[in-house]
Amino acid sequence: MIGRIVSLGRRGCEVLEALGRAGQFLAQSAVGVPSREGWYLWLRQVHFVGVLSLAIVLVSGLFIGMVLALQGYTLLVDFGAEQALGQMVALSLLRELSPVVAALLFAGRAGSALTAEIGLMKATEQLTSMEMIGVDPLRRVVAPRLWAGFVALPLLTVGFSVVGIYGGYLVGVEWLGVFEGSYWGNMQASVDFVGDVGNGMVKSVVFALVVTWIAVFQGYDLVPTSEGISRATTRTVVYSSLAVLGLDFVLTALMFGGFS
Amino acid sequence: MKRSKTMELGVGLFMLAGILGLLFLGMRVSGMAFTVPGDTFRLEANFANIGSLKPRARVTMAGVTVGRVTAIELDTDWYDARVVLELDGELEGQLARDTTAAILTAGLLGEQYIGLTVGGDPETLADGDTIRDTQSAMVLEELIQQFVSNMVSD
Repeated sequence: MIGRIVSLGRRGCEVLEALGRAGQFLAQSAVGVPSREGWYLWLRQVHFVGVLSLAIVLVSGLFIGMVLALQGYTLLVDFGAEQALGQMVALSLLRELSPVVAALLFAGRAGSALTAEIGLMKATEQLTSMEMIGVDPLRRVVAPRLWAGFVALPLLTVGFSVVGIYGGYLVGVEWLGVFEGSYWGNMQASVDFVGDVGNGMVKSVVFALVVTWIAVFQGYDLVPTSEGISRATTRTVVYSSLAVLGLDFVLTALMFGGFS
Repeated sequence: MKRSKTMELGVGLFMLAGILGLLFLGMRVSGMAFTVPGDTFRLEANFANIGSLKPRARVTMAGVTVGRVTAIELDTDWYDARVVLELDGELEGQLARDTTAAILTAGLLGEQYIGLTVGGDPETLADGDTIRDTQSAMVLEELIQQFVSNMVSD
């Protein structure tokens, strides 16, 4: 019994220590002011985590918009309110689905790759070698990846929303025959740029910070063995998904819960 | 380090697409219109009941959108609703003084908006004037109540 309490306490201390290391790590690497070469490193990372994630994010967005329209239509048509389809699709995408699903996809597609890449650099002692020749690995390796993630995920979220709303239009208007004017008109009447689009963007910036931070920290902090890399990659996806979903509830409660 | 032009181009296009997407969300999805301030004028209208009219609702004339509702507040002199309308500047000095405003509903359950109908008075409404002749929103409960009381009296 005592042993269990002791191990519980030790576990708590370990978690706190890891949090402290992660905070210090974020502070040290985020201040890396990009030089001309650093800017190019950042560009490469935006290409990897952003441009190359575009395909999976856009295809998912299209299908989620189409499914939303299909489900929403069968539900709304019972009340004779299928004109409200546009507003339903747009609001659920902008407020919830785009930031959350894009962040989850980003964690799986880009976050896991970041962890594995940095982890392998650590396991093959490339990071130590950089320190030996006087290059700060936090600046050279971590900072460009961190900043690339901050920029890429909000842009991917915008793409997700746009494609999703278009997918809803394809299914709702072109296929199921909702009047086109009421699809866009009801949407424009109910969507507020600051309140809905803006809050969705705030969410996605927060998720970008959390997911990228978890991914690079797990890579930097792992046990440098092949098993350690695989564990850390798994942890990246699990932790970022949980953090995104948990934070989403908190942010939704703050933004739309009416506590202001 | 090897520099690749296609990669730089790809990132540039990605950024551009993101900004264009945001613009699409602003213009097409949330219906923001960039009108020059000063290109509009204000009218007020008092309604006995506004139903579920909301700020930013459309103001139409013959079905054409000519402005938006900017504010709704309770008028404590008469205890009715004072609705502030912002109309296109080109209508200033064109609307007759006896123009009527009615709260209409798009479809059975759609959003509510204001419809203006021009009168025949030679004098016109200027900035800040009040529309006198208004027609309240159709409230479903009141209609049902009237219907039921008619049935009972028959």
